[in-house]
Amino acid sequence: MSEEVLQQASPGLIPGSGTARAAKPTRLSPSFVSWLQAGPMMLVFLAFFLIPLVFVVIVSFWDYNEYQLLPAFSGRGYTDTFEGCIAQLPDLCTIGKTYLKTLKLCFMVWAITLFIGFWVAYFLAFHVKSKTWQMGLSLLCTIPFWTSNVIRMIAWIPLLGRNGLVNSGLVKTGVINHPLEWLLFSEFSVVLALVHLFTFFMVVPIFNSMIRIDKSLIEAAYDAGASGFQTLVNVVIPLAKPGIVIGSIFVITIVMGDFITIGVMGGQQIAAAGKIIETRVNALQFPAAAANAVILLIITFLIITMMSRIVDIKKEL
Amino acid sequence: MTETTRTKGVSRRTLLKGTAGLAGLAAGSGAITGFPYVKSADAKVLRYLGTAVNEGDDISKQCLKDTGIKIEYITATTDDVTKRVMTQPNSFDVLDTEYFSLKKLVPSGNILALDAKKIKEFDNITPVFTKGETPGGKKIGGQGTAPWKVLYLEGKDSKKFATSATEFVTLIPTVYNADTLGIRPDLIKRPISTWAELLNPEFKGKASILNIPSIGIMDAAMVVEASGKYKYADKGNMTKEEIDLTMKVMTEAKKAGQFRAFWKDFNESVNLMASGETVIQSMWSPAVTKVRSMGIPCTFQPLKEGYRSWASGFCVSKGVSGPKLEWAYEFVNWFLSGYAGAYLNRQGYYSAVLSTAKAHMEPYEWAYWMEGKAAEKDIKAPDGSLLEKAGAVRDGGSYEDRMGGVACWNAVMDENDYMVRKWNEFIAA
Repeated sequence: MSEEVLQQASPGLIPGSGTARAAKPTRLSPSFVSWLQAGPMMLVFLAFFLIPLVFVVIVSFWDYNEYQLLPAFSGRGYTDTFEGCIAQLPDLCTIGKTYLKTLKLCFMVWAITLFIGFWVAYFLAFHVKSKTWQMGLSLLCTIPFWTSNVIRMIAWIPLLGRNGLVNSGLVKTGVINHPLEWLLFSEFSVVLALVHLFTFFMVVPIFNSMIRIDKSLIEAAYDAGASGFQTLVNVVIPLAKPGIVIGSIFVITIVMGDFITIGVMGGQQIAAAGKIIETRVNALQFPAAAANAVILLIITFLIITMMSRIVDIKKEL
Repeated sequence: MTETTRTKGVSRRTLLKGTAGLAGLAAGSGAITGFPYVKSADAKVLRYLGTAVNEGDDISKQCLKDTGIKIEYITATTDDVTKRVMTQPNSFDVLDTEYFSLKKLVPSGNILALDAKKIKEFDNITPVFTKGETPGGKKIGGQGTAPWKVLYLEGKDSKKFATSATEFVTLIPTVYNADTLGIRPDLIKRPISTWAELLNPEFKGKASILNIPSIGIMDAAMVVEASGKYKYADKGNMTKEEIDLTMKVMTEAKKAGQFRAFWKDFNESVNLMASGETVIQSMWSPAVTKVRSMGIPCTFQPLKEGYRSWASGFCVSKGVSGPKLEWAYEFVNWFLSGYAGAYLNRQGYYSAVLSTAKAHMEPYEWAYWMEGKAAEKDIKAPDGSLLEKAGAVRDGGSYEDRMGGVACWNAVMDENDYMVRKWNEFIAA
């Protein structure tokens, strides 16, 4: 009994004399340890991403009717999707127009979030000295995520709508005579909402890269006579590159697949790659939806591959 | 010393294991009776899948009180309800869905038709469903998936719709309505009498339609017909050429900036209208009422070309049998017995059995909602909030006038696949 108490109180204590040999821990091989560490995530990835993805690819080659999937090989999902792409030349077909629009929105959101995100991160990393303030201010960037998607979307109407705050303010101050229609349900409002949401995904990785820049490098640049701009271009940006690329990958992948924000802010009138999938799924045309999902995946993957060509993230991390 | 500790440790662990195992066994075999008593064997629970239209808390509470059946609502959008029936038929017991989705649901074999003989009020169901005419004898437009075309099956497990009455009913009717355009009379300032106004350039950037392709295209077809461009054989079942023509009209309007936004749910439609973003749009009756109850003028405008109607009803999942099937019948019978019908009527919908609903409504309520008469007293919603002041008259008038004016029904076309592709093209244009 007393032995037990002793054991519980200090588990490291080895009773008796000849037990040192027995207590020697069995060593696990390093590779086994790393498998153990990566294992759980790998299993989750396998079960909830890779296997479903394989199913999506398989289903994309199935046929379908009004009410069920027909497990027979068919390229219909793809041929339907690219319908008219050659016949309508030089006009773009539906899928071409849709991707052009999606890429355009994606590029605009990427460029703006990168610009804003970079400067917010720069401010946090180099101008805010105290760690507490850095933490506090980065948490502020998460505010857009505190409310639900739906509420956030509805909240834009009283602000940007025809009779919203911005329009009535501008009309009252005499800046404009008629309310601006393009403030809401337009590409402008879509980009605004996406930037508002996703700048945070740029700030965090860029901040993370910047905070690790050795301050003495910047001092050295200054001592060597570099101007502020030269230091930025030749020291800060190259060293923040991994953060920039990671942030870009976040933003681009999210915007490429988004259909909710584009739908709500665009008044459901702006085409998006994700929206095509949604319409197909709602019509129970799963193979066609799956085919579109595969196409979206390939295009997004190509963009990311191109980006990682520019910066070797593995090497930089 | 060491030895003893070890043995002790082992034995303690073994003991623990043993006890845990025993406890598990005991729990499994039901030997432990200390848990609070749960009436799991007797509780009558039905999982109810549907859109929010019929799903009032008051309805489920009253149902529990009257029948002892506990209703668990599973709420989804129209599209998601259909998707769920197709992919997870065992995830619900009772299904509340629209007639137009039957063209997909019945061939899937995932739903079970109900036996008309077991429905007490079946013979009292409004002739709108059974004969395609109003109680007053007015013939109702049958374009699209009109309920009487898909009401009966040829046999119990048949996948074919019967042309005459049988005892196998696909959906026991519950609720329906006649939809039209909602307008803001204070902003339009002139009478509106035709569907063609939806695409009138006068309302550029201030019009809206539903973002459900199969319904949106029917509204568009009403406009095309009203403007005299084309006359469809069946707006609810267009040919490819007709789809092309309709989408062309829509695309031109979209490119010209006619539409402010498309809406998909009730609240979106209310917001668009109440905020003045739109002044004319396809709408649902309770949404118009909601805008009006916010103190904003809004009219559910009757139009000379008629209404686009929809209807829904009950069936059960194919997995339902035995006592659960009996509860389902009990529930459906209760639903038609008046309380729920009156509740729906007070929201501006219509109930399937008019006589029982009438018995549960005050005469002045019935006169306002169903007979198109001026309200003798203030009209209140089921939750007691004020809808209309005394003296108001319902837009579109009486049941006879509104249901008698129906031109077409929500539908799934034979060329649905083509239509969906064209819809995506329209959005991308």
